[in-house]
Amino acid sequence: MLDAAIIGAVLASIVAAATTLLLASIGELVAERAGTLNLGVEGMMIVGAAVGYAAAYGSGSLILGTIAAMLAGTLLSLVFAGLAIWLAANQVASGLATTILGLGLAGLIGSPFVGTTLTAAPALHIPVLSDLPIVGPVLFGQDAFAYASIALLAIVAYGLARTRAGLVLRAVGESHVAAHALGHPVRRIRTLAVMFGGACAGLAGAQLSLAYTPFWASDMTAGRGWIALALVVFSAWRPLWLLGGAYLFGAVSILQLHVQGFGLGIPSQLLSSLPYLATIAALVVISALKRGQGAPASLGVPFVPDR
Amino acid sequence: MPLRLERQENVPAIGLVAAPLVALVFTLVVGAVMFAALGQDPLRAFSVYFIEPLLDPYTQQELVVKACPLMLIGVGLAFCYRANRWNIGAEGQYVAGAVVGSWLALATHGTDAGPWVLPAMLALGFVGGALWGLIPAFLRVRFGSSEILTSLMLVYVAQLGLDYLVRGPWKDPQGFNFPQSVTFDDNAIMPLLSDEGRLHAGIIIAVVVVIAATFVLGRTLIGFSIELGGSAPRAAAFAGFDERRVTYGVFAVSGGLAGLAGIIEVAGPIGNLQPSISPGYGFTAIIAAMLGRLHPVGILVASLVLALTYIGGEAAQITMRMPFDVTRVFQGTLLIAILAADVLVRYRIRRVEGTSHA
Repeated sequence: MLDAAIIGAVLASIVAAATTLLLASIGELVAERAGTLNLGVEGMMIVGAAVGYAAAYGSGSLILGTIAAMLAGTLLSLVFAGLAIWLAANQVASGLATTILGLGLAGLIGSPFVGTTLTAAPALHIPVLSDLPIVGPVLFGQDAFAYASIALLAIVAYGLARTRAGLVLRAVGESHVAAHALGHPVRRIRTLAVMFGGACAGLAGAQLSLAYTPFWASDMTAGRGWIALALVVFSAWRPLWLLGGAYLFGAVSILQLHVQGFGLGIPSQLLSSLPYLATIAALVVISALKRGQGAPASLGVPFVPDR
Repeated sequence: MPLRLERQENVPAIGLVAAPLVALVFTLVVGAVMFAALGQDPLRAFSVYFIEPLLDPYTQQELVVKACPLMLIGVGLAFCYRANRWNIGAEGQYVAGAVVGSWLALATHGTDAGPWVLPAMLALGFVGGALWGLIPAFLRVRFGSSEILTSLMLVYVAQLGLDYLVRGPWKDPQGFNFPQSVTFDDNAIMPLLSDEGRLHAGIIIAVVVVIAATFVLGRTLIGFSIELGGSAPRAAAFAGFDERRVTYGVFAVSGGLAGLAGIIEVAGPIGNLQPSISPGYGFTAIIAAMLGRLHPVGILVASLVLALTYIGGEAAQITMRMPFDVTRVFQGTLLIAILAADVLVRYRIRRVEGTSHA
């Protein structure tokens, strides 16, 4: 009944769903470790999806589309950075504004492309390895986005923990006053971290509209940016935990679709709400266990240098 | 060029009024650029968007109809935001209120129940929204979970719940399989205020709420404890104000008002339950709250301004074939502009002598 090919396909789609979340949450984790809470992830992601799709459709190149998506995400993140970092505006409100603007812009950019489709980003074929049953397509038959997300995670995990730049970034996030006193340009570092977050969210958007579901729909992110934000909390701001979290949520969102397909008499809307309910449950569990430990001490606090 | 922000101790009163106006002007400039980029004549677009709706008596009424939910939700959000509690899930509380209130309308459908139905629906709508809003409050108080994310997640859950009801148990059996409930009876419909147009009694409720909120926030100990809990939590704790009670209180009020807005909308302009009962009022109301500087009267004015972006967006969609997303861009730009303008009021930009880094 359930043969290897089906299991393999299900696992592969879990990887695709998890990759979106992983890409976006890596970027947000870096921004938050530098002390800025950017609630604009959903907006930057959907702008990335729209711009990436438009650029890939126009140029015929998925690579150009991906680059355009990352640039678009970065540009939108600068709106947030300008408000929240340089004007010291409230970070929650600034992030919300970024998301609202992003949703609007993406709708405008994407409106000529409603109803069109693209050829999805191809799975990279590795001889022999990707022909293995089950493990083959899952581990070695993914598209470039999936591998990029793992590589990015490794780089970020290493960079934050083991490099000088990572140490400075964490210092800025823990105590911006102390970092400032040591001569580190707090706001510039935060801006760079937020820009990195924007590029990652844009990349996640590109993965969504160029690989995962290769078409444009104005609500295609469906709250994934918000789930990515929750994942950062869930990971207690540790990069490697993001991996587990992203795959857990990827699995929930894919498996509920398959359960809907079986038609067990469970309302499909209840199953569709599972990823959101799971996010709430995860937030509750993690905060009950840790009581906010692990959060950068200066997270969400605007920095205004007094000297 | 070394510039720096310097906090101003005494914010001039004129600045508090001028900042939203500056933000509006900035938004219009951005709008002109956007219209030009879309290949439209900016002057004609502005006329369709912002002038013509104000001249026509029908759209004048529509303006108030659309401002009504924004006002109710925005005033509720002001309670939360003043207390530094970030309820961004008003859209979900709106839906929850609409669902709970509609339950009574459907339960009494065709039974010739008395005129008590509508007031009871409104009360149930408030309760439904308040209960939905109390979930993130409880999770924050009990477990320390971020109310920002939990309240937002509950928006999706509420929308899916509504979707289930109108496609399943609450679907109109004679509705040709359309996913919607029966049309409410007359005793479950908001009375209209005039023979023409859709202006309904909900606006009276909204104005009463604005007046009451102005009094509570500005003149009572409750308002003071909310304000103090938001701006100086330690001082509030020493003063004996219970932080948890403030959290529950502001979420109950803002959820309740959002729920009230939801049931008024369903029992008013819509007339039955449908899968989609809001063009994003719960999110737009966040902008209304900010633009109105968290003051109920300010929010009333801001709601009218934002309602104009909805009406103008619909007009531009019909007459100029512009996507409705133009409205979202306007609303996002407006929020960004108001946040920036706020800073320029609270701080002075000073040029600093000598070298300095950011």
